[in-house]
Amino acid sequence: MSQSKHAEYHVHVVPLRVLFAVFAALIILTILTVGVTKVDLGGLNIWIALGVAVVKAVLVALYFMHLRWDSPYNGLALVVAFVFVGVFIGFALKDSLEYQKYVERPALLDRLQQQTIPAAVPSEETTEESSSEH
Amino acid sequence: MNKVDDNHDPHLAHHFDTPVQQYSSAKIGMWVFLATEILMFGGLFCAYAVYRGTHPDVFLYAHHFLDTNLGAINTVVLLASSLTMAWGVRAAQLGQKPILVIMLLLTLLGGVGFMGIKTIEYSSKYSHGLWFGSDNAFYVKSGKYTNPEELTGAIEYGESHAMPHEDKGELTDEHLELQVKDAATEDVLDNQAAGEAQDQSLPASAQSNIGNATNAPAGLSSKFAEVEGDGSAYVTSEKKPLTYEDLDPQQQKLVSQFFQIYFLMTGLHGIHVLVGMALIFWLFIRALRGTFGPKYFVPVDLVGLYWHIVDLIWIFLFPLLYLIH
Repeated sequence: MSQSKHAEYHVHVVPLRVLFAVFAALIILTILTVGVTKVDLGGLNIWIALGVAVVKAVLVALYFMHLRWDSPYNGLALVVAFVFVGVFIGFALKDSLEYQKYVERPALLDRLQQQTIPAAVPSEETTEESSSEH
Repeated sequence: MNKVDDNHDPHLAHHFDTPVQQYSSAKIGMWVFLATEILMFGGLFCAYAVYRGTHPDVFLYAHHFLDTNLGAINTVVLLASSLTMAWGVRAAQLGQKPILVIMLLLTLLGGVGFMGIKTIEYSSKYSHGLWFGSDNAFYVKSGKYTNPEELTGAIEYGESHAMPHEDKGELTDEHLELQVKDAATEDVLDNQAAGEAQDQSLPASAQSNIGNATNAPAGLSSKFAEVEGDGSAYVTSEKKPLTYEDLDPQQQKLVSQFFQIYFLMTGLHGIHVLVGMALIFWLFIRALRGTFGPKYFVPVDLVGLYWHIVDLIWIFLFPLLYLIH
């Protein structure tokens, strides 16, 4: 136990210029993400916004939150949390988008139910076939 | 025991061998807690993703009610307070007490600034009937607006006040894709309708499509009999902001959901900012007393991590709520 009295922390202290450089990068990225909203890039806009947000988040996590110099287990907790949120949102989104057309067009669901086996695939071809039958 | 205590670091708990071990344990404990915070917000982000995915035009329309400038200023305020917090941790590690005290104070001021701007935003929403729950002017219950007298004012607020700051509400590929898909389904129904025009057994929705088919790509609206020729909601050549009338009736009834999600996400985030401010105030008092130094800075470090995760969540909230294109 006597060792502990003199034990050094050996904790990495983040240099000020690193902190300021990261802050400058975060501000530039914020301006960028606001600016890119004014440009119509179609479906790319949302992905650019999310990409910039991820870069900003990585900068905050690595430097402000010290993960770059920390035990990798700390970073693992963060990465695993994000991965599971991604899985959660990804599956929920895929599922809900799959059934949204029936929510908006209940008539489609009626058609689907009128069909005989196999009723599970509502492709346009089968819908047309069924319409010619009736 | 006395012998041990003589040599004992006053900040080292007895169940740890070394200060480094104690420090690492405290930190990974904090990180596990932060992971649960991300998972909690993940639920709200999921609700956001599902509603935006299924009703992109509602989000495109309703986000005009938010003030992008205030949101951007708040982002900068929060980033700056993250910088001062990180600087404060550094000062504590180096035993620079005056700098630590100043940095904690600045961080606290950043929190006050953020909540102040948030208050301006919230009160502006409140005074225009855009509060959460059934106090939202767009709120629909059993097919009726719960406070229709506020609806006109709320729409004017969003479309005249907020929109000029924004770029044109152009249609994105996502919408076009949606329309194409819809036009395809529409075509199928139209073919049926043409073939069996006199068939009274056809749903009214399919019949109304006949009249509107020439306006295609009419989007979702024309399937509602009540629209009556108003189906040309999205003419792709037009490049003006979406208005409330542009939304089809089903989507008009869903506008309040954007505000429910907005208030839930920013509200939960705001509660975290308040908690962080309370913790930073606690650190500030202790720092004034000279508690922290190179041998004992774990509380500063952990509160700092909490403050940064609050910042990190806002980094995602800002583009998703304020910068919808």
